[in-house]
Amino acid sequence: MSLQPIVQVQGLGKQVSGPEGELTLLRDINFSVTPGEACAILGASGSGKTTLLGLLAGLDVPSGGRVLLDGHDLFALDEDGRAALRGCMIGFVFQTFQLLPSLTALENVMLPLELAGQPAQQARAQAGDVLARAGLAPRLRHYPRQLSGGEQQRVAIARAFAPRPKLLLADEPTGNLDQATGARIIDLLFELNRERGSTLIMVTHDEALAQRCGRRLKLDAGRLVA
Amino acid sequence: MSRALQFSLHLLARDWRAGELRVLVIALVIAVASVTAVGFATDRVQQALREQGNELLGADLVILSDQAPPQYTARAQQFNLQYAATMSFASMALTGDVSQLAEVKAVSENYPLRGRLRIAPQLFGAEHSVRTIPAPGTVWVDARLLQQLKLNTGDTLMLGAARFTVAALLTHEPDRGGDMFSIAPRLLMNLNDVPATGLVQTGSRIRYRLLIAGEPGGVRQFRAGMENSLQPGERLETVQDARPEVRSALERAERFLGLAALVSVLLAGAAVATAARRYSVRHLDTCAILRCLGAPQAFISQSFFYQMLWLGALAGLLGCGAGYAAHGLFTDLLGRLIAAPLPPPSLRPALSGFATGLVTLLGFALPPLLALKNVPALRVLRRELGAPVRGISAYLAGIALLGALMIWQAGDFKLGAYIVAGALGALTVLACTAWLLVRGLARLRTRVGVAWRFGLSNIARRPAGSVTQILAFGVGIMALLLLTLVRADLLASWQQRLPDDAPNRFIINIQPEQLPALGDFFARQEMPAPEFYPMVRGRLVSINDKSVSAADYKDERAAHLVEREFNLSWMERLPEDNQIIAGEWWPEDADVNLLSVEDGIAATLGIKPGDTLSYNIAGETFTGHVTSLRKVDWDSFHVNFFVIATPHLLKDYPASYITSFYLPEQRQTLLGALVKSFPNLTIIDVAAIMTQVRAIIERVTLAVQYVFGFTLLAGFVVLYAALQATRDERLQDTALLRTLGASRRQLVAGFAAEFLLLGALAGLVAAFAASVLGYLLAERLLHLPYIFNAWVWLSGLLAGGTGVTLAGVMGMLPATRHPPLAVLRAG
Ligand SMILES: Nc1ncnc2c1ncn2[C@@H]1O[C@H](COP(=O)(O)OP(=O)(O)OP(=O)(O)O)[C@@H](O)[C@H]1O
Ligand SMILES: [Mg+2]
Repeated sequence: MSLQPIVQVQGLGKQVSGPEGELTLLRDINFSVTPGEACAILGASGSGKTTLLGLLAGLDVPSGGRVLLDGHDLFALDEDGRAALRGCMIGFVFQTFQLLPSLTALENVMLPLELAGQPAQQARAQAGDVLARAGLAPRLRHYPRQLSGGEQQRVAIARAFAPRPKLLLADEPTGNLDQATGARIIDLLFELNRERGSTLIMVTHDEALAQRCGRRLKLDAGRLVA
Repeated sequence: MSRALQFSLHLLARDWRAGELRVLVIALVIAVASVTAVGFATDRVQQALREQGNELLGADLVILSDQAPPQYTARAQQFNLQYAATMSFASMALTGDVSQLAEVKAVSENYPLRGRLRIAPQLFGAEHSVRTIPAPGTVWVDARLLQQLKLNTGDTLMLGAARFTVAALLTHEPDRGGDMFSIAPRLLMNLNDVPATGLVQTGSRIRYRLLIAGEPGGVRQFRAGMENSLQPGERLETVQDARPEVRSALERAERFLGLAALVSVLLAGAAVATAARRYSVRHLDTCAILRCLGAPQAFISQSFFYQMLWLGALAGLLGCGAGYAAHGLFTDLLGRLIAAPLPPPSLRPALSGFATGLVTLLGFALPPLLALKNVPALRVLRRELGAPVRGISAYLAGIALLGALMIWQAGDFKLGAYIVAGALGALTVLACTAWLLVRGLARLRTRVGVAWRFGLSNIARRPAGSVTQILAFGVGIMALLLLTLVRADLLASWQQRLPDDAPNRFIINIQPEQLPALGDFFARQEMPAPEFYPMVRGRLVSINDKSVSAADYKDERAAHLVEREFNLSWMERLPEDNQIIAGEWWPEDADVNLLSVEDGIAATLGIKPGDTLSYNIAGETFTGHVTSLRKVDWDSFHVNFFVIATPHLLKDYPASYITSFYLPEQRQTLLGALVKSFPNLTIIDVAAIMTQVRAIIERVTLAVQYVFGFTLLAGFVVLYAALQATRDERLQDTALLRTLGASRRQLVAGFAAEFLLLGALAGLVAAFAASVLGYLLAERLLHLPYIFNAWVWLSGLLAGGTGVTLAGVMGMLPATRHPPLAVLRAG
């Protein structure tokens, strides 16, 4: 059962035309990730990590190759189709948190649930649970600007896990936080990932952090090197 | 859908708190307020016309005639209806040596059949309604006449050959126009006293009315078949079409003020577009996150659409409130059209104001907001993606909708299309001018000090925004320049053209047998002998044997000309200041039936040399051939006629005579003596009419100025929106300048330089446009020499410069107080 990979990347390539002609950002990437794995993507700055993550989530379209998410060919779908698939399968955590400033912590976490069609009552309960799990029970009605960076990232993590996604993508989730706070955030991320049985793919510069992941992929100038 | 609705409320609440929507709402409130203020005012007068139609008519049905009293009393009795007769004419009223032209109305028992007269025992006395009319031998007069004749109630006055006691002060007459239409004060008398005055003579212009009222069924029966049995010169007025003169004046006011109000709407549209663009830029991230979380495009579009609906509703409510509060500015003018109290306004203007607001909002705010659905989700990883739409094409729908509104407001597709095309053309020309000015300024920046360079570079850096602001202010300032300086120039030019001894009095109703005595009178008074012109009143019945009626003409003026009698004269020689422009004048002693027609009326009625015209004069028909068209200088105040005939054709018809003369200021007492010797003459004071006309122009100008006040306000909102839109850039600039050591004073000087230039450019554009319009009005429309006025340019520059500088610097002051570090770190 669990043999079917959750992510399959086949011959993925990305080129852009810049002022100096064609520029290859990613070249012939192939790998797959099995459910429950925690996988780190490492590499120097500019090596294409963010580009790869964006393609995995269907936020961008590749120049060639395929990405299968739980067996669905991501790029056979249109924009709205990919958005719907993201809504039910993928959770996101960003370096810059990306919370909606107009919504409270609770409402931010409820948002993906409601977008997926859950009734408000149920969404509220579920979001409250995840936030409590993230240690934010007393801060439900606070707006992002009333929260510290670490707290905002906890809300973002709660939001990412609330719809019980099969796949969690994180782009340098601790990049904007100090070491101690970053460590606690990472703990939370791993705990939730384990509890919920989801798969984690995380971009990071931090070797120590990468060591905690079961699997490491290294990018160098757009190629997978290990 | 309900999720999008919910989310739109979240967005609204947060953006409202953050002040992001303030400009949008203010712009819309001004747009809606300017439209509804005019709407509420015209609506109230319209409702008064509708609801109080029969009071304004004094009856349920009126038959008017300018030839003879309508003879339908038997028919009225047959249907059990009440009736009353009235006669209206102008005549001199005299006491001692003071004479004054009065609008006389003689009424029979029962007048008015609907509504009540109100009188007071003396000036400033308490008024009360009456069911009577002036007793024989007495008259009721209005306060103006009492004051002008220096009379009290109880005194006597002469009217024609009869003496009357002023029994009461007339304070209200249901069927009288507001004071807009009356040149002279009112005198109300008993119909039975008219013969004694001897005022009904050949050539007197008298309007007869038969008032009918009663059971609706009876009135309907009376009316049935009436249209066909009306005599020539008779006309039916009913409650539905009562007071056509009021209706057409109101309609014109509504169209014109409504169109002027749309100028504010257009500017509000520019402000809305600017604000919405900034708003959409600031929501790029939100939309990218939503896409990332799986929101479909429709969700994003719907959320912003609903948010705009909430805003539109809010701004609509506030705008209607503001419009209601301000509509008194216009009822002051329009209320004068009728003497009745105005009912409260209906909901119709509020609804159309609401619609205008929504159209503006959706047309100008929606394009950038709807484009938000296309923001790539990848923006969450790459900030530079997903720049908003640019260019004017996105607003074509909004512009088209506004154009449609203008055409609807103009009430006529062709006229509306002309106005829209003219407005677009003018805006394009002005925009190009402004753009050239902006480009030209940018070249100056190497030659000026740091503050000016900063200001210049700011203007040149955002050319589209600068041009929009220049236009927005330019249009507002132009309107005000036109209404004040240019209008004054045109009036001055007109007055200058009149020679100092241009005739300032007309005498009409002169009977042929009075000519020698009147000539003697002038000689005794050592006044130059005036020239007397014969005048015969006739109605045009056919052109080239094809009978004409008012219904044949679409043109309002043409219909009016065909409907009423007009003055014909006969002459041997062409009057000196007339000029033949087609055909030939007849030789002296020509014993043929020839006519010469004024070119303006010929064009209106479609008459050419060679045509045959038939006129009806007191029941008799005569026919003449048109042999020439004449150009007439009406402004000379010499006696002139639309149609002149050969003496052969007209001299045997009953005629009265008319003359004009110049009465020097110090010879005013001559008038008293003249009226005393010739009580039947009507003397018309050109100066009094001019004063009246000027008062009307002033009142109308004031109302139009109020409308353009909204335009100027909208101009300020455009500036405010532009400041908001560039706030982030400007904060960044100031922070950078501050870290480089610029003082706050230097910053303020830089902004001041920018706004001073913007304002001055707007003033320049405004002065340019106002001068061109003034020139066109003078040379093309009014045929007056154009007077160049440097004040137009100076005032434009001054008004633009100071207004925009003050508003702009005030708007930017908070930015100079921002701690620079906060800005730089956030950027
Ligand atoms: N649309 C684009 N056009 C041109 N170049 C691009 C585009 N997107 C990314 N790049 C380039 O592709 C390379 C890889 O970018 P990417 O953001 O994936 O790197 P990264 O590994 O995430 O680096 P970092 O660790 O600094 O975040 C960079 O050199 C970047 O400049
Ligand atoms: Mg990156």
